[in-house]
Parts: sequence; C-alpha cells; structure tokens
Amino acid sequence: MEAQEDLQVDLKPETLLEMYWLMVLSRRLDERTWVLHRQGKIAFHISSIGHEAAQVGAAMALRRGQDWVVPYYRDLAMMLALGFTPKEFMLGVMGKKGEPNSGARQMPSHWSIRRLNIVSHSSVVATQAPHASGIALAIKMRGDDAVVLTSIGEGSTAQGEWYEAVNWAAIHRLPVVFMVENNLYAISVRQERQMAVEQVADKAAGLGLPGVTVDGLDAPVVHRAITEAVSRARSGGGPTIVETMVHRMTPHSSDDDDRSYRTREELEALKAQDPLHLQRDKLMDMGVLSQDAEREVQERAKREVEEAVDFATRAPYPEVSEASYPVYAEDRIDD
Amino acid sequence: MTEMTLIEGLRQAMDEELERDERVFIVGQDVGPRGGVFRATQGLYEKYGEDRVVDSPLAELSIIGIGIGTALYGMRPICEIQFADFIYPAFNQIVSEAARMCYRSGGEWIAPMVIRVPYGGGIGGGLYHSQSIEAFFAHVPGLKVVVPSTPYDAKGLLKSAVRDPNPVIFLEPKKGYRLIRGEVPEDEEVLVPIGPGRISREGTDLTLFAYGMMHHYAMEAAERVAQEGIDVEVVDLRTLKPVDRETVLASVAKTGKALIVHEDNLTGGYGAEIAAILAEEAFADLDAPVRRLAGPDVPAMPFSHPLQDWFMLDADKIADAIRELAAY
Repeated sequence: MEAQEDLQVDLKPETLLEMYWLMVLSRRLDERTWVLHRQGKIAFHISSIGHEAAQVGAAMALRRGQDWVVPYYRDLAMMLALGFTPKEFMLGVMGKKGEPNSGARQMPSHWSIRRLNIVSHSSVVATQAPHASGIALAIKMRGDDAVVLTSIGEGSTAQGEWYEAVNWAAIHRLPVVFMVENNLYAISVRQERQMAVEQVADKAAGLGLPGVTVDGLDAPVVHRAITEAVSRARSGGGPTIVETMVHRMTPHSSDDDDRSYRTREELEALKAQDPLHLQRDKLMDMGVLSQDAEREVQERAKREVEEAVDFATRAPYPEVSEASYPVYAEDRIDD
Repeated sequence: MTEMTLIEGLRQAMDEELERDERVFIVGQDVGPRGGVFRATQGLYEKYGEDRVVDSPLAELSIIGIGIGTALYGMRPICEIQFADFIYPAFNQIVSEAARMCYRSGGEWIAPMVIRVPYGGGIGGGLYHSQSIEAFFAHVPGLKVVVPSTPYDAKGLLKSAVRDPNPVIFLEPKKGYRLIRGEVPEDEEVLVPIGPGRISREGTDLTLFAYGMMHHYAMEAAERVAQEGIDVEVVDLRTLKPVDRETVLASVAKTGKALIVHEDNLTGGYGAEIAAILAEEAFADLDAPVRRLAGPDVPAMPFSHPLQDWFMLDADKIADAIRELAAY
C-alpha cells in the first residue's frame, strides 16, 4: 500500500469540504435507508457505508458529465458525487414512479443516469467490466476526449468477465480505470478464498497493466491515485487497476446477517476506523472545518435526507402498464 | 441480377454497411487478415483497416461485452461468434445485458448490435461445430432472432440488422454458405425487413414451415412430392423473433395442415412455439394434428458420418414427413 502521506494540503479547502459533505450526505442517506428497511417501509437496501471516502475521491477525479462511469451497486457516495440526488435515490429505494435509474424496474442501487454518463448495470457481478472496456474502445475509435471509470468489489474480480475486460483494455491501451473497492468480503467469503494474490492490484502484472493499492479510507489519497490513472488513460497510456482498501461496515445487504461469519470485535475495529470520522478529524486539525461548519453540514444532510424521504413517500407508484415496456428500442416513449 | 452464394451476400452486406456508416465495425475471432474462418469478412480488413475490423482475443463473452459497450457509446458493432457452439460463454452478456438494457434503463440505454453466428450441422463438425441455438435466444424478450436461407435475404436481412436499434441474433446456416446460390440485384440497395416471413412456394395441401438450411431442404422436398401430386406451401420464417403470426396463420387457414421442420432438438425447440400458435389461434382451421420434424433429443450432433446422417434432417426425411401428413 502507498505510504500514508498527508495529501490534504494538495487540495483546496473548498474541495476538501465538498468531499466531506458528500461523504456525510451519503452516510446519512444510507443510514436513513436502513431505518426505513427496519421499519418495514422498504423491501431492500444494499449499503455503501465504509466505502464513501474511496467513492467520493474517485468521482471527483473525473470531469463529471464528460467522462463515463460504469459502476456497481455499492456506489451510493460515488453517484451523489457525480450529481445524482437524494430524492432520485429515495424514489428508487421505494420503487416509485419516474425513478431515474430504471423507472423502478430494477432493485434499488442499480444505477443508470444517462445525463451523467452513468451506464446501466445488472446484479450479475462483473458484467459491467466488458462494457467499460467497450465504451473505452469506442472513445478511442472516435478519437473523443473522455475516459471511463468502472468500479467493482474485490470478490467480483474472480469472474472471467473482469479478466477479459481488463485484458482487452491492456491489449488496446484503452482509456479506462478499473477501480476495485476491496472490503475483504464477498458477502461472507473472505478475500483469501477469492484469490491467492495478496492484493487485487497484483493481478495487473499478469494482464500487462499497472496496478496500485491505496488507502480507501482517505478520499484525497484515492483522488490522487485515480487522477494519475485518469491522466494516464487520457494521454494514451492505457488502463490502470486502482485498488482501494475500504471497510464494509454493514452486512452485505438488508437480507444478510453478518454475525454468522465475522465477529463483533472485528466489526468494532472497523468502526473505529470510520472514514467519515477520519476525514472530519483531519479537516478540523487543519482548521478547514470548524465546529459550527460541522454542525451545519450535519443539519443540512439531515434536512436533505428528510426532504428526500418525504418527497419519495408522497410520490406515486408506477402505472402497472409501465411493466410492459420498453422491451425494444422502438417501444421507447420518448422517441 | 447477379448469382452469388449465401456467404457472398453476407460479405456484401457488411461491406456496404461499413461503407455507409462509420459507426459500424466488425469484431470477432480471426475476422481481420484471416477474413474469418469461413471467409465471411474476407477483404474487409484490407479495405477498412484494423480499427473497423477488429480481431478479438479468444474469449467469446468479451466479443459481446465489448460490443455492448461500444453500442452504448453509439457505435454499431457486428460481433462474430465463430461457431454457434461457442456462444455459451457469452450467453450471460447477451441475455442478462444486451437483451435487458433497454427495459432495465427505461429506454435510456440501448444496445444496437448484430451478433452473427454460423450455426447448424451436416458438415462433419461433431458435437461442438454443429449446433443449432435458436430456441435459447428466441425465448428472450429484447432480442430479435433472424435466420436467412437465401443469398438475397442474407444480404437484405443483415443490412437491416445492422440498422436495427436492438440486439439482433443473426443465425447463418453455415452448411449453406457456398451451397446455396441465388440472384441478388446489383444496381439497387437490398434491404429485407426484420419480421415478415415469406411464402417461398405456394401450395394448397399443407404448409411446411422452415428456416435456414432446413428451408433449402424443404424446397427440395416440396418439389419432389409435387411430382406425386402433393401441393406443398413452404413458408420461410426468416425472423423467429418477433415471429410473423399473420403469415403463419394465413397459410394454415388456406392449407389446414402444418409441418414444422428444424434441425435443432425437438423438445422445447422453436417448432413448439409455432405449434402453440396454431393450437391457440388456428384450431378451427386444422384438418390434421400439427406435426414437428426435428433433430433427435441427444445432446448434439455426433461426428462419424453415419451417426451424423442419423441426426441430420434432409430432403428425404422431410419428404417422408410430408407424405405422412398429407395422407392424414
């Protein structure tokens, strides 16, 4: 892993505060969604708690709306950092009409936001990776100025689809960054039963591209690693694997119970290294974040989350007729 | 008019579409300097270059997955799977991804792409170079499935498939690549719409439904029994999904009898869908039970010649089935 130098000073205070704000917003939204689930008000939630710093750091290294993002389901903070809104998220969580990812056809957290160049993905892990390489191939063919960031959990890098996608990108030196959010668990199975290498980034050596592993609890560290990878991609230098070491501080999803496969002591140790608290403390030490500003951030997040919950609660469900289309491109009503 | 082979029709279609639209490109194994193992893309690499005719690594799912990515960006990929038998690694990408992209994004993302797949047996290919795969894909909403049986349709349907905004599984009867010849006009654009079937032989005694290589044999069988006084109407389905229900029903309304022929296994095969349509919507028109003549329910076509002949349908077997149904 990269040496833990303090990169905070490289970024402007407003950038650091925006990163922190997005992390807080994601966390409060995520927590509120767990509560809705435990209240029996929603059917499903898959959480990004513990991944926020890596996701925000990565998203902010992109030219948002110009570069392309091919995400996976555990990417709430990344989506918010790219311009997805809490109201849009809550519509999806509640399966309400007009939910922008899929018109409430997909389960929550299956992202797709055309206006932000965020590409639709399924629940079948690693299927998105070849799409990212394909988009990057098209960018190269057209000579366009854009790069692709695709994210994935470490467990899913066991899939052939991921290897084939990375292989293509390496062969053709495609402008794509393969970001891995490594939280050591693929639902219940630890990394050592997913791969024999110590780090996912080690797989890069076998595929012929650079691979780095960075602290995913530190947004500026991730920001720098992704910025370097994006810069390499943009200048024709080809793809990079950027592995971010993160914590999954919740069960896999609302349907999982992690007590059967990890101890409470282990979980408490993770929570003691909460990326949100680490970022807050650093910003306070630097004098970038005051107590008043912190209170304001928290209140604003709470307000926006409650507004989103109210908005989505009041929103109607889709018309039943919406289930029947658009199966084919000709069925699209916007055409 | 020029007489050409089926594969020449396909090659011309790709050449013209590459010329017409710079978003169109070809990706697949050995499609570049080699021109494809069947020579379908011969000369195109030399003409359009390595960025438009792209040799893929030996990894089928990536051909489709990469194709989907380019399609999402606005390109129009023509993906070649070398043999139908090798498509299964890409099944996930085709069914879970390409077919569902439009629906799952509420129409925000689409995957317009052609997946060209040489299929079918009778060429000494054994279990893994002979398979028919249409039933798997004709089952999947979001896909279109096309099977030409003549050089004219091969050219016209492939050009339409390239312009279609959806993923199209384009099944090519490889035994007929050089065996099937036909007239194709030179001085006009050949475009055959996806969807409509074609009555390739008018008749009154029974309707024979076929597609691809089996259509070729069906025509041969129909001519043979005509000498015995049996007047067969042959319907070339051409598009399996969406199927042309009107043509299917209108023909059976006229003849009262239906025989469906395909080389794929019988059980759960495409013929069952045609039989179901007729059972549901043409019951009153039927003068005899709907018959299916299909490949046997063994895992795939065996290699050795006599074993292959046992599996493979031909004009003789189809003629026998016609006689049996006509006598009902």
